[in-house]
Amino acid sequence: MISPQGSPPGSSSQSPRSPSAPLFLSVTVTDPVKLGNGVQAYISYRVITKTNLPEYQGPEKIVIRRYSDFVWLHDRLAEKYKGIFIPPLPEKSAVEKFRFSAEFIEMRRQALDIFINRIASHPQLKQSEDLRTFLQEDEETMERARSQETGIFKKKPTDLMQIFKDVQSMVSDVVLGKEKPVEESNPEYEKLKHYIFELEDHLAEAQKQAYRLVKRHRELGQSLADFGKAIKLLGACEGDSLGKVFSDLGSKSELLSIKLQKEAHNLLMNFEEPLKDYVRAVQSIKATMTDRANAFRQQCELAETTKLKEINLDKLMLMRSEKAVEAEIEYKELKAESEEATRRFETIVKLMSEEMMRFQEQKTADLGLAFHEFARGQAKLANEIADAWRSLVPKLDACSPSMCS
Amino acid sequence: MMGPETHPGFGSPPREEMESLALSDYGSAMSSRLSAVATAVDGGDPPLSAAASSSSSFLDPPSYSNVVFRSLDGQNDATPDRPSLCRDFPSHRSDRAAASEYASIAVSDPQKEQDAVNSLVPGGGAYVTYLITSRTRAGGAEFRVRRRFRDVVTLADRLAEAYRGFFIPPRPDKNVVESQVMQKHDFVEQRRSALEKYLWRLAVHPVIGNSDELRVFLQVQGKLPLPTSTDMASRMLDGAVRLPKQLFREGQAGYVTPQDAVQPAKGGRDLLRIFKELKQSVANDWGGAKPPVVEEDKEFLERKDRMQDLEQQLSTASKQAEALVKAQQDIGETMGELGLAFIKLTKFENEEAVYNSQRVQAADAKCVATAAVKASRLYRELNAQTVKHLDTLHEYLGLMLAVHSAFSDRASALLTVQTLMSDLSSLNTRIEKLEVASSKIFGGDRSRMRKVEELKETIRVTEDAKYCASREYERIKENNRSELERLDRERHDDFLSMLKGFVINQVGYAEKGANVWAAVAEETRGYARENNKT
Repeated sequence: MISPQGSPPGSSSQSPRSPSAPLFLSVTVTDPVKLGNGVQAYISYRVITKTNLPEYQGPEKIVIRRYSDFVWLHDRLAEKYKGIFIPPLPEKSAVEKFRFSAEFIEMRRQALDIFINRIASHPQLKQSEDLRTFLQEDEETMERARSQETGIFKKKPTDLMQIFKDVQSMVSDVVLGKEKPVEESNPEYEKLKHYIFELEDHLAEAQKQAYRLVKRHRELGQSLADFGKAIKLLGACEGDSLGKVFSDLGSKSELLSIKLQKEAHNLLMNFEEPLKDYVRAVQSIKATMTDRANAFRQQCELAETTKLKEINLDKLMLMRSEKAVEAEIEYKELKAESEEATRRFETIVKLMSEEMMRFQEQKTADLGLAFHEFARGQAKLANEIADAWRSLVPKLDACSPSMCS
Repeated sequence: MMGPETHPGFGSPPREEMESLALSDYGSAMSSRLSAVATAVDGGDPPLSAAASSSSSFLDPPSYSNVVFRSLDGQNDATPDRPSLCRDFPSHRSDRAAASEYASIAVSDPQKEQDAVNSLVPGGGAYVTYLITSRTRAGGAEFRVRRRFRDVVTLADRLAEAYRGFFIPPRPDKNVVESQVMQKHDFVEQRRSALEKYLWRLAVHPVIGNSDELRVFLQVQGKLPLPTSTDMASRMLDGAVRLPKQLFREGQAGYVTPQDAVQPAKGGRDLLRIFKELKQSVANDWGGAKPPVVEEDKEFLERKDRMQDLEQQLSTASKQAEALVKAQQDIGETMGELGLAFIKLTKFENEEAVYNSQRVQAADAKCVATAAVKASRLYRELNAQTVKHLDTLHEYLGLMLAVHSAFSDRASALLTVQTLMSDLSSLNTRIEKLEVASSKIFGGDRSRMRKVEELKETIRVTEDAKYCASREYERIKENNRSELERLDRERHDDFLSMLKGFVINQVGYAEKGANVWAAVAEETRGYARENNKT
């Protein structure tokens, strides 16, 4: 959610409707509800959009969306905005029985909320028409749009051609003995690629440990509950005053068990999940890197093909062949394509460098917040533990040795 | 080295100091106390709260925790893996220790030795001896002897015979393992530690601590001059030899002598007696008739039930205590690994930084990493102390074995009395019958009268035996009673101090942990302000 107090997002032009108010776009994903039966059951979410942007309907709009709608939006953006790091989606769940657990649903809801807000606050992405469709269209329109986009067979012809060409060039490379596809030889970019791959490992390791820590909290909580119970029973064997102290201690132990479970949940949602989120974000960057590599290759190939065509054309013109005219037309077409490919590649390069800076800033802020929540949670828990045990000390002191039975 | 010295440190302050602490302000009182200790031990280290945020590099151990908690470990300068014998001695334990004949007992220096006889198994015949150093309280004299585990078993057996009805601390287990394992360092170290604890517990027992058996064990050089427990095979042989005599020669060989009456029926030697007592116990259980002497002490029966209940709860509590310790250990380990992961991330971001935001991130990650590593250490120390405190549960669970033994001493003594009374009654019946039969013959029946005389003699012996057995039974009853009282009293004190120690320990470490994390939360506070999400 972008608060109205924040700097006005993106467009600096004021709407004629409300010339004085800053523009904002704020989205919330909330209220997960299980719909449908049996194998086809799924979770639906309420997506609430509050905005005063002219392209949007009204101050507030509520639509119902499901996970595959988010996937649709993600894929459309990935196709259209090459060079931009598309915010990552939470995973499809692998384990069936976990699919509808409260924890999983909450984790997914949070991740989807973050996803949509990242799009809504991205200078380019937020202007996307697909975003508007997602946020405003009714459910039937959404479903139609979604089902149109699936599968390779629904792709446009030119996309199909491109895929063929990619495969073709890959094959010819292998046939011609070219081991690797053509790559940029940009040392700075090499450094960046290396950085991204290593960053993923570090973040993944941190996330793994964070998840383990969540589990350890739960285990400690459980053992405190069991210990408390056992201490209470042991106290029942003892006399009045000492028995009472045992009972109090057992109760405190059980109380702390509950606090530990709470902190485990807090750790999961506010520390582990952000780390996992950035692992996904890095993977999204890798996808952009693949796009860049493809664009580079295309550019190279088209440049080469164009050159060959040019040589051929010159030959034909020299021979004054009738084919020269046709060849010239083909040559011009190819040249245009080549220039387009070059443009595409250069756009990606430019966007990537802007995106990298933005990414680093966001990462520092988001993970900084995660660190803060982690520390806050641990401090709170430690204080609760200290308070709970401390309250027993006067009772223990009141119970003098061998005097009370 | 086991000794009764009270160690400074908040695990076991002497009673007066505890009372002087303002209970309402435990936190700051403890902090100031800790910093006082810190200054004393390490000449002016910064007090607790300041130390929390100071650390030159994230890999140095925080100075304050080592300093403060070293005092708790007392003489524990060695590796942290060394089993903690330097238990904090709360005041009541040191009182008990002060009453002992012995000031200290230590077990050390395990040595491998070879049996004189070559055994068939290669490497067999090897055993380990330990150096046992003890000092008496009275003269301050120091004694050093070498003993092997077999000697300890002998000691335990002799004590069990001599001190029936007492709660004798259970000896360390015999481990039936191969000689290869026997010689491994860990096993030897575990056994050494267990022996030390065992001997100290014997020394601290009000009655057994003064026993000749213990003194001889600790002070007599060379071979242990206590009769060894013979192995089962030779006992069975003895018994088999005696049995025909017992069955067919009905003279004194068949009956329990007074000396024997004060001992329980032993394995192979007293087969006949065992059979009789077994018959008696069956008659007790299944026969409708009430046995001549019955366990009427209601109070004892109640207490016995309570002991059973206690044992069950102790077993559960002991198990859960172990689970708790494991959970604390695990969370400490994971916290440490998390810290390590963040240290790596920090180094990485610093090395590869292109944008300033990366350097900021590296600094944040370092902050978290340092805290996580500190927290991990805190958990480890917390756990080491928790183990010490909750060990009381394990200790008393072990003691339940001793209670069982003592109760069964009582039961078997009672059974002996009952059996002897049955014997007497059947002897008397036989005499009656013989006299009746004899009176029917004119002039008396010489052989029968001779028989009657023999039987009367047997009766006298048996009466003596019964008298001894009854006395023994009463003695054991009294031992049971006084031990139960002692157990209740000591358990009350020990449990109270266990709970106190446990609780104070938890408070101390939780406070330290809170400080560590609060500092990080403070440093990263800026991100919270920028947080737009609820």
